[in-house]
Amino acid sequence: MKAPDFQYQCPRTLNDALVQLSSDDVECQPLAGGQSLMPMMNLRLAQPEMLLDLNNIAELSFIREAGSHIEIGAMVRYATLLESKLIHHHIPLFVQALPHIAHAAIRNRGTIGGSVALADPAAEMPALLKALDATIEVVSKSSTRTISADDFFLGTYETALRSDELVHSIKVPVAISEHRYGFYELARRHGDYALAGVAIGAHSVEPYTNLRIVFFSISDCAVRAVEAEDALNGKLSNDSTALGNALETLSKLNYYEDANASSATKNHLARVVMQRALSKLSTAVS
Amino acid sequence: MSQKTNIALSVNGEQVQASVPARLNLVDFLRDHLGLTGSHVGCEQGACGACTLSVDGVMVRGCLMLAVQADGANIITVEAFGESVTGEQLQQSFVEHNALQCGFCTPGMLASGIDYIESGGSTDRTHIRKHISGNYCRCTGYQSIVDAIASVVEGRNSLAVETKQTPGAEESGTSNKRAGE
Repeated sequence: MKAPDFQYQCPRTLNDALVQLSSDDVECQPLAGGQSLMPMMNLRLAQPEMLLDLNNIAELSFIREAGSHIEIGAMVRYATLLESKLIHHHIPLFVQALPHIAHAAIRNRGTIGGSVALADPAAEMPALLKALDATIEVVSKSSTRTISADDFFLGTYETALRSDELVHSIKVPVAISEHRYGFYELARRHGDYALAGVAIGAHSVEPYTNLRIVFFSISDCAVRAVEAEDALNGKLSNDSTALGNALETLSKLNYYEDANASSATKNHLARVVMQRALSKLSTAVS
Repeated sequence: MSQKTNIALSVNGEQVQASVPARLNLVDFLRDHLGLTGSHVGCEQGACGACTLSVDGVMVRGCLMLAVQADGANIITVEAFGESVTGEQLQQSFVEHNALQCGFCTPGMLASGIDYIESGGSTDRTHIRKHISGNYCRCTGYQSIVDAIASVVEGRNSLAVETKQTPGAEESGTSNKRAGE
């Protein structure tokens, strides 16, 4: 199908975009890379009155080092992240996970901010940001707010973002040599939405400390398995009792069945992906 | 009456100007307004890859980009893939390996294949399959498509080795290039 008709604005500055967004005259939908929104419009699941195209706002495309963080502008595309030396040096979890986010042609358009603002339950990025303990900087005409990834994603396509706000940038803590990261997803075709996936961050292993185990594509949004983290923190990686206990806690997560898998299958797959990701947590700095 | 926007862009080396409604996507513009029907429209949700084409040197889904967003862009479609060395070699290789049957996926497959070869992809079949994973083919089972792409990469690798091993060949290659310039 084709998208229904809409008005179109393509501002060149962030300020112009925020002014338009704060106007009550017309229901305005920001357009980032369009790799999820355009299909939704073509399928007529989304029918915005006006599209606010952010693709010409150069000030939202940057990757920079800021002390112990890497700041990534909302309009940075996945392909750009994959090519970035800063990302390769400082966010090894991205390097593991990005090749699994859709296909090359999609990664050439899709943006980090778009994925964050949309909050698709099957998307990798919300889970990655939670596993990395990242924060999300949002702006409106009159204010800026910093929201932790833990508090930002509220449910299926539901975030803490207000209708007059845009995602401005993402702040990710840089990895240090003791940190370990893991990522694993199961998909029928490489690059398709996962049946189940997990992103893991740890400040150390042997023993595990500050574990963050975040699943995607199993529930209404990226979900931290806090009880599993508690069962493993302070334990060694060869402690099979602790691992068994952690796996058991996964049955308490709130699984959403979809066209591909029942809740029981999702629970089983969550156990599989967590074990596989834990078994090959890799060093932080490459 | 829908809002129309004037756009000016380059399509396969030709300057084009048009007035387009906002809702028109790029691949429909190319097919319905310019008559370039080589790029195919399959799923219109970015899954099948049949509309993959080159915008400013990178491969994108023609169904997931608006025509208005292509204002000022440089578009290359399957109609002009044969004008680049890689494109010509890959098209020839597709013929030699029977890498198409009905041909519906071919424009997108060529786009992804060219992208793979030009970004320095290896002959590793797993890598090739990963790179074309965003393009559906319902006829060939992919085997022959992977063969065709691998064969072009192999041809290039062996040419590079030959050039390295025989200094004479390298020299003559250089002088040919100079003569060409």
